[in-house]
Amino acid sequence: MDTLVARYSRPAAQRETFADDQHDDLHDDTTNSMSLKFAIPPIAQPSAWLRAATDDRANPQCPIKIAHGTTTLAFRFQGGIIVATDSRATAGNWIASQTVKKVIEINNCLLGTMAGGAADCQYWLAWLGMQCRLHELRHKRRISVAAASKILANLVYQYKGMGLSMGTMCAGVTKEEGPALYYIDSDGTRLAGNLFCVGSGQTFAYGVLDAEYRYDLSEEEALALGSRSILAATHRDAYSGGFINLYHVKEDGWVKHGFSDTNPIFWKTKLESGEFTNVTSDFVGERV
Amino acid sequence: MAMFSQNPVLNGPNYSFADVPVQDHVDGFREHRFNPYTDNGGSTLAIAGKDFAIMAGDTRLTAGYSINTRFSPKVFKIGGSTSTQDDANILLSVVGFAADGEALKERLDSICKMYRYRHNKPMSVSACAKRLSTIMYQRRFFPYYVYAILGGLDEDGAGAVYSYDPVGSYEREQCRAGGAAASLIMPFLDNQVNFKNQYIPGSGVGHALQERERQPLPRDEVEVLVKDAFDSAVERHIEVGDGLQMMIITQNGIEEKILPLKKD
Repeated sequence: MDTLVARYSRPAAQRETFADDQHDDLHDDTTNSMSLKFAIPPIAQPSAWLRAATDDRANPQCPIKIAHGTTTLAFRFQGGIIVATDSRATAGNWIASQTVKKVIEINNCLLGTMAGGAADCQYWLAWLGMQCRLHELRHKRRISVAAASKILANLVYQYKGMGLSMGTMCAGVTKEEGPALYYIDSDGTRLAGNLFCVGSGQTFAYGVLDAEYRYDLSEEEALALGSRSILAATHRDAYSGGFINLYHVKEDGWVKHGFSDTNPIFWKTKLESGEFTNVTSDFVGERV
Repeated sequence: MAMFSQNPVLNGPNYSFADVPVQDHVDGFREHRFNPYTDNGGSTLAIAGKDFAIMAGDTRLTAGYSINTRFSPKVFKIGGSTSTQDDANILLSVVGFAADGEALKERLDSICKMYRYRHNKPMSVSACAKRLSTIMYQRRFFPYYVYAILGGLDEDGAGAVYSYDPVGSYEREQCRAGGAAASLIMPFLDNQVNFKNQYIPGSGVGHALQERERQPLPRDEVEVLVKDAFDSAVERHIEVGDGLQMMIITQNGIEEKILPLKKD
C-alpha cells in the first residue's frame, strides 16, 4: 500500500516557501550563480507558454518583450580576423538601446558576437568564458577556438526546442589553428568558415563584404571593409543602427578599433567617397 | 542552409521552439490557461551623475483600469546589514509585475546580505549588477516580468546605472527609463542628458554643424529633470501618477524624497 501511495502522490506543498534551488543559492552562491538549474513553469508545455509570453513575432501583444540584437559580421584575412557589429537593440518596434556592446570579450584572445536574444548571448558567452578558463587551468594551455565553439554548440543543442535564440560567431587566433572563425546558432549549427554575417541585416552586409573581400586584404583595408559592410546594413535594415563596433583579432589577443557613431560616418562616406548617391544631401526633395 | 537571421519580414521565426507557431482562434489569438502575470503599470527612471546616481519611480499601482493603491514604492535599497537598510550601497528599481519585482528584490537583497556577512564588506555595484543578471537568467524559461534598473556608485565613486531586460541582458548606461511611460520619457532623456540632436549654435550650416559635447549634469539640475519627466508622463499616461519616489545615492549615503504627482 505504501509503495502505491508513494507512486501516485507528490508532496503537497512543494513550492510553499523557498524552492530548493533558491535555498541552495543563498548558501552556495559562488558555484550556483552560473549553474545549469533553471526555473521551469509548472505546466505541461513550458516552451509553448514561453513563446506566447515572450515571442513578439508569434504574438505581437506578448507581455514580455525580450531585447534582440541585429547586424554582426566577422571575416578571416591574412592579418587575423575582423569582427564588426552595429549596436541597436529592439523590443518589437521600440529601440531599446543604441549602445549595446554586441562584441562579447570572452577572454583576452577570444571574441564572441551577439545576434538574437541579448540575454542568451550575454549569459552563454560569459559561461563559455568560464569553461575556457577552466580548460586553461586543467590543461595548462589555451583552448582552441574549435574546442571553445564546440562547447557552446553542444550546450545550445541540449536546450534545443526550449526557446533560446542566438546566432553567434566565435573568433580567435591560436598557434595550432591560426585565425579561426566559427558560426554557432541556437538550432545547434556549428560551421567553420572565412566569412559570416549574422542577423536581420546580414544580407546587406554580405552584399558589400562579398564584393570587396579578399584573403590578402591589408589590415587597414580589412578594417575599412568591416566598417563599410555594417554601415550598409544600418542604412537598409531598420533593425540595425547606432554605433559601429570594430575589433581586430590577432595571435597575441584582440585589439579594439572604436565604437563610432554611424551618422557622421554615413555622411563622410557619402560626401567624401561619392557613395550612397541615392541619398540627397541638400535636405530638399529627398525621395529615395 | 537556413542561416540564422532575425528578420521578421523575410523569414519565419528563428527561435528553436520545437513546434511551429499555430493559431487556433479565427482572429489569430491563442488562449493559454496558465496566466501568471499582471501588468501593474508605473514607470521608473535612473540617471547617473559625476558623483551621484538618482533612481526614481512613481508610486501608483494599477491592474487594468483600476488603481489598486496610490503608494507602492518601486525603488528599493539593497544590501544593507539590517532590514532598515541604513547602510545600503545599492538601489534597485523594478517595474512590470509588482509581485515578480518584489520577489526579485527580496532575492537580490538576501544574496547581497549573505555576501556582506561572508566577506565582511558590501558588494560592489558592478558585482551586484552581474549577479542580478544571472538571477534573472535563471528564470530564462519562466521569466520575472520585470524591467529592472540597478544604481549606485562605482569603484571610482562615479554614478553607475545598469539596465536590464526581463531575462537579464544588461548594460551600463548614463540614464534609462523603464516601464509604462519609458517610450515617453526616454526620448526626453536622450535629448536632455545625452544631448542627442543638440548642436552648437552658429558652428556651421548643414553637415558642418558641430554636436554639443556631453558633460555630466549637476545634481540639482538632474532632480528637476526627473520631476519634469514624470510630470509630463503623468499628463499622457493613465498608469503613471500619484507620487514620485526619488532616491539619491552619494558618498554620504542614500537620501529619499517623496514628491506629489497628479492623482487623477
